[in-house]
Amino acid sequence: MATSATAQYSPDQFAELRALSDDEVVTHSYVRDVPLPSGGMLALVTLDNGRDHTRPSTLGPAGLMELAEVLDAQKARAAAGEIRALAITGKPFILAAGADLSKVGDIPSYEAGLQMAQMGHYALGKLGELGVPSFCFINGLALGGGVEIALNCDYRTLDSSAAALALPEVFLGIIPGWGGAWLLPNLIGIENALKVVVENPLKNNRTLKPAEAFELGMADALIAPANFLEDSLRWADGVLAGTVKVKRPNEPGKLERAVKWDVAIGIARKTLEKRLGKVAKSPYAALELLAAAKNTTKAEGFAAEDKALADLVAGDQFRASIYAFNLVQKRAKKPAGAPDKALAKKVTKVGVLGAGLMASQFALLFLRRLQVPVVITDLDQARVDKGLDYIRGEIAELEKKGRIDSDEANRLNALLSGTTDKADFAECDWVIEAVFEELSIKQDVFAEVEQYISPEAVLATNTSSLSVEQIGAKLKNPERVVGFHFFNPVAVMPLIEVVNTPATDEATLATAMATAQALRKNAVITADTPGFVVNRILAKVLGEAMHAVEIGTPFETVVDAQRHFGLPMDPFVLLDLVGLKVGAHVLDTHHAAFPDRFFESKALHELAEANVLLEKDGKGHSKGIDKRAIAIVEKHRPADARPYTVEQLTARLEDGLADEIHRMLADGVVAAAEDIDLCMILGAGWPFQMGGVTPFLDRVGASERTFGDTFHHPPIRGVR
Amino acid sequence: MAERSEVVFVDGVRTPFGRAGEKGMYWGTRADDLIVKAMIGLLERNPSLPKERVDDVAIAATTQQGDQGLTLGRTAAILAGLPLSVPGYAIDRMCAGAMTSVTTTAGGIAFGAYDVAIAGGVEHMGRHPMGFGADPNPRFLAEKLVSGDALNMGLTAERLHDRFAALTKERADRFGMRSQQKVAAAYAAGKIQPDLVPVALRSESGYGLATTDDGLRPETTMEGLAGLKTPFRPHGRVTAGNASPLTDGATVSLLASAEAAKELGLTTKMRLVSFAYAGVAPEVMGIGPIPSTEKALKKAGLTIDDIGAFELNEAFAVQVLSLLDHFGIDDDDPRVNPWGGAIAVGHPLASSGVRLMIQLARQFEERPDVRYGLTAMCVGLGQGGSVIWENPHYTGKKA
Repeated sequence: MATSATAQYSPDQFAELRALSDDEVVTHSYVRDVPLPSGGMLALVTLDNGRDHTRPSTLGPAGLMELAEVLDAQKARAAAGEIRALAITGKPFILAAGADLSKVGDIPSYEAGLQMAQMGHYALGKLGELGVPSFCFINGLALGGGVEIALNCDYRTLDSSAAALALPEVFLGIIPGWGGAWLLPNLIGIENALKVVVENPLKNNRTLKPAEAFELGMADALIAPANFLEDSLRWADGVLAGTVKVKRPNEPGKLERAVKWDVAIGIARKTLEKRLGKVAKSPYAALELLAAAKNTTKAEGFAAEDKALADLVAGDQFRASIYAFNLVQKRAKKPAGAPDKALAKKVTKVGVLGAGLMASQFALLFLRRLQVPVVITDLDQARVDKGLDYIRGEIAELEKKGRIDSDEANRLNALLSGTTDKADFAECDWVIEAVFEELSIKQDVFAEVEQYISPEAVLATNTSSLSVEQIGAKLKNPERVVGFHFFNPVAVMPLIEVVNTPATDEATLATAMATAQALRKNAVITADTPGFVVNRILAKVLGEAMHAVEIGTPFETVVDAQRHFGLPMDPFVLLDLVGLKVGAHVLDTHHAAFPDRFFESKALHELAEANVLLEKDGKGHSKGIDKRAIAIVEKHRPADARPYTVEQLTARLEDGLADEIHRMLADGVVAAAEDIDLCMILGAGWPFQMGGVTPFLDRVGASERTFGDTFHHPPIRGVR
Repeated sequence: MAERSEVVFVDGVRTPFGRAGEKGMYWGTRADDLIVKAMIGLLERNPSLPKERVDDVAIAATTQQGDQGLTLGRTAAILAGLPLSVPGYAIDRMCAGAMTSVTTTAGGIAFGAYDVAIAGGVEHMGRHPMGFGADPNPRFLAEKLVSGDALNMGLTAERLHDRFAALTKERADRFGMRSQQKVAAAYAAGKIQPDLVPVALRSESGYGLATTDDGLRPETTMEGLAGLKTPFRPHGRVTAGNASPLTDGATVSLLASAEAAKELGLTTKMRLVSFAYAGVAPEVMGIGPIPSTEKALKKAGLTIDDIGAFELNEAFAVQVLSLLDHFGIDDDDPRVNPWGGAIAVGHPLASSGVRLMIQLARQFEERPDVRYGLTAMCVGLGQGGSVIWENPHYTGKKA
């Protein structure tokens, strides 16, 4: 602490970055003096961008430079004895949501990215070098740079009602580069810091509740909201007067640095490699920084963050991540091609055709989210009762976990009913089917229920492989049929493909979109084409994989050929997850529709029969391919087959995907490439660093190779 | 059958008072937040009180709408973190709102219905100008039930000057100047600050903290006062210098039965002796405290000579002077408002009553020679309210 960590920066080195601040929504730093009970003044800085809480304060070049100037002025006042301390807080409900992401996506050069890192250190670092103690009163949401404002201060109080705290950088393909990667482990210990910097961002961007953040040591005092600022000021006065002793039990000591630190980093690295592979760069960059924080100075830590952040910001993965983040945050909320919301019909009672596992999951979801009567049906009372028992059991489980109270549980149970008589569906204005995946069965069940329901009631089908239009073909009112394709597990997966057939009318489509939203799912509208989006793309990947092994390519080679994608799992683990039988069926469907582009797999059918593919450890994790599976596949190898090399298969996969997606867009399956990517991110968990899929295909050259252009103009890629 | 109980004033606190209006320090602060912060401050100062033991919460406001609406006593109780089992309600008697919160809950305690009650008031006159949105019945004027002056408090003060020739503008100005000087002296001596709860302020220039009343004018001179405009009448007598300013602020007190105070280890700062309200003609509402004080004295079996300390609300100097003249007390009698009053610190209507009590309680602490004290105030639409208190520190020794 003896030497300054900010001395390595000067305000005139940021010229290129400052030129980018034209349309910045500037977060201003206002200062007012507050008299302290024990005497003297505290300078209270409020960060406020002048907008309400729906536009959180963010930090762009202009805002950072203003903060730096304000802190310089306060440092001078501190030296003159005018203030005894400084505190920084935010506008109501928000401390700061970090760097202005609308800006960082536009960084034009490596230099500008480097300047962004340095400018953050230059401004925020001053909070630790004022000559008087600094406090951050974390009054609300603090993300990324917001948390780093707090970390750069000497002390922190935290509002127990703050919405969330997080360092989400790794989720977005970067690292906490305004002090967070060095300051946090040195404040709360390496294991806690790993959780906040690496683990949580990779768990679907988990955030911390205030009590958790306090427990980890990210704040020195947790204060109730009603008098947060008053009590924070009183606490700060106590620290200054010596009547409040600050304890930091998680602060790392010599022993932790000597023994625990490297071990924790090593374990984290192994876990990462196993879970994520080695393609995503940001988690490993974060690990490097956290590892080095063990025995470097703050100034060295800041410099290392500058370099790491600049490298990542200039790279492909960060651009793709920001693109993906915007899809999920913005495009998902305003689905392309959605009709006027006012056209949506009210859903006041829901009927579920089927009482199996999928149908029961639907019923539970509709109950919880729509809170309207839900009636389920099946062939006989025994099946209906089994479905009802499952749903009631899940409701009881939710109550047991405290997710709902007993009033709510009673309400949901009272809304649920089961019947074998479809006349009981008469009042339903939304009926969804989850019966056996066979056209005639679905047609019949819709036709049967149509006699009882009103002509306006929507009929939704969860089919994944049949034509939605054909399912409705025999109905009196086919315009009320829409595809409503969930992903498994229903409660968890955020995507619904809403299938708009030529017969579907606007009111039905609008109702489907409104219902998806009420279920808190993201809906993407697709045309009524085989596999819609997610299954068609997965069928391409899985078909290529099965074909490759059938012609004698080793399983390892197939896995290697797509390792650089950085997908959440290899094709064989994915097949195991979706079920071999389902997988074989999906390949058949696509091969039938597009025989020259999609492979069917006889071997997969046989594997499904034998129910064998992976060799698993005691916890059910894959240890590789089962020898019996290899034997089965070998039987299907044609005599003249020549296996692919890694390079051949990589090219087949990349080019095949680019070609297929290009066709899908030409055929109007979805409105734009963005919707393909949204589907793959939300429905298949494809990574942000790929941008879903199309930015990846552009940057590996597959788009150019197959159709002589790119999906995006300009392509989404780094600046070097 | 409920047991009748003696009522004690356990404690009281208030927010700093702020000038009303866009330039005032509370312009960006909600009225309900003011009373909530006062309540939290009161509860923190009395940690031996289990919160669930509060039997009722009465909070007054004159204009009960917006952030001063929605049954303030109940909403403020929830916002201040009292258990949901604690009930609450809202009170309105214009300027005597907080005083009425105290006397109403005191009645409940005396009857044995409550052991402990919270009573207070709030007025954000910047957000809720007096009479704003009111819809007086046309019969008031058509049937000459009240004079046209009755709803304008400044005009009612001018009427007092008309009625009592001895109440000159010069006397009113001097009383106003002395109020400013006495408050400044009280601040300098640290008499006021201990009962103030600091309030965080949001402004366009960031957060700040209110720690003192912001409208004080200790530099006031008679010459300066003589030159002020008389906004209510041309060549009138009532000015900004001899009237209380429009103000935002909240006050709150803790009351208990003597038995409950003892059981819970609560302080007894004052004992309630008697209270009374009385009505007068609305156009001379300022004389209201005269009949209410007569009534309260009679109920207590006391005379004015028994009162050793007066905390009189200074809605207008002339209106305080009318009471002093009535009882034959000098304008600068040291027993009267020794730490100044509303002309200096302001008069946030429905919260002022408890401020008088807070200050009287502090004086009792310093004055074991004083046995009885009076808090009194005039009320719009022609009323007065008076509460007589006994000093628990009284020793009988002369000062």
